[in-house]
Amino acid sequence: MISVALSIFQREVLIAYKQVSEIIQPLVFFIIVVSLFPLAIGPGPEILQRVSGGVIWVAAILSLLLGIERLFRDDFNDGCMEQYMMCGTPLSVIVVAKVFAHWMLNIVPLLILSPLLALFLNMTFDMYWVLILTLIVGTPTISLIGAIGVALTVSLQRSGVLLPLLLLPFFIPLLIFATSAIESASLQLPYGFQLGIMLAIFLMVLALAPFAISYSLRVSQH
Amino acid sequence: MNVVELKEISCEKQNRQLFSRLNLTVSKGELVLLRGENGAGKTSLLRILVGLSQPQYGRVVFCKEALDPSDEQIKSLIYVGHRPGNNPTLSAITNLKFWSSQRKLEVSETAIIETLEHLQLEGLEDAPTRYLSAGQQRRVALARLWLQRDAKLWVLDEPFTALDVNTVDMLCKHIASFVMNGGAVIMTSHQAAKIECPQREFTLEYSW
Repeated sequence: MISVALSIFQREVLIAYKQVSEIIQPLVFFIIVVSLFPLAIGPGPEILQRVSGGVIWVAAILSLLLGIERLFRDDFNDGCMEQYMMCGTPLSVIVVAKVFAHWMLNIVPLLILSPLLALFLNMTFDMYWVLILTLIVGTPTISLIGAIGVALTVSLQRSGVLLPLLLLPFFIPLLIFATSAIESASLQLPYGFQLGIMLAIFLMVLALAPFAISYSLRVSQH
Repeated sequence: MNVVELKEISCEKQNRQLFSRLNLTVSKGELVLLRGENGAGKTSLLRILVGLSQPQYGRVVFCKEALDPSDEQIKSLIYVGHRPGNNPTLSAITNLKFWSSQRKLEVSETAIIETLEHLQLEGLEDAPTRYLSAGQQRRVALARLWLQRDAKLWVLDEPFTALDVNTVDMLCKHIASFVMNGGAVIMTSHQAAKIECPQREFTLEYSW
């Protein structure tokens, strides 16, 4: 089972390598959105510092959603999903491997770029450190919940707008706790509680989402 | 010995009953040709048979056990549907390598290359499959029938589509050889092809 998951992961990385633009586009979108804020609300360091956590988080959610639609669509259209369903490995394992690959390929570049963006928004080191922690704990939840939405809409012809409409409300708790943690860090207050809640949400989603995704994919195949 | 049994299968799509209380068995060493007009439900029946769709009623029994798509036994079934099952950005070799590893098959790269050469895809093994013609993409999909040697059942949905005469002939011989060696095949085709092995026809009537 692990060898199959590894094989799926390798395949996803190879496809991403062959289609680098698919990775770069959401990243450029992320940079542009974050860069627009200092231009729109002025270069005042205090205001920028106050909104920085929220800005980066909203931009991260939107850029992740931008690329998530293709998570299952290509496999669905070219028939690879049918072959996955008949390879003898539970579909839930396969989808976890795919979601993990998607997360790695989309979030790691974002984390690498984040010091530059933190500089743009005048973040302190404490805020930046907590931002990274919230992104590491929170973004897998976005990928997993996003994958449920993609699996539900994969058979629809035009699901471009529907997908964010379906998914964005589910990210509100994450956004609240992530920005609250970053704000606490900026005030030198403890932020473990918010991170703990985000971790709990992630673990709950990790336990349930693979089954929801695989069931949704089977329904979409029908 | 029955390899697969469809018991009392009913299927409805878009408020139209495609078939009702249908019973069908495919035995070892037998080819079942599924016939019927367009829209009669041939593809739907094959998708139910391999577990991609759920019937309204009835059940599928594969090798004496209820069909479970997440069970290891499903690996002894090869399905070639309308869609090729290959990623267009990856080459034929890479696609088949990943397919084999996902099925935990011991297939070497040399064996894949030989199979592709046998299917007249010499020189195209490393090209992304999106650059291949429809017939060539079909051949890459059909290469699975040569690579997995321990399969018990082949489910082929219009396997001759887009293939040239020579490849159709080669595929017919391969199907015949598989059936003669104890394999079971169920397939749909609108093309008249000469497959020399024990076979029977099963016709689905188009119904409103």
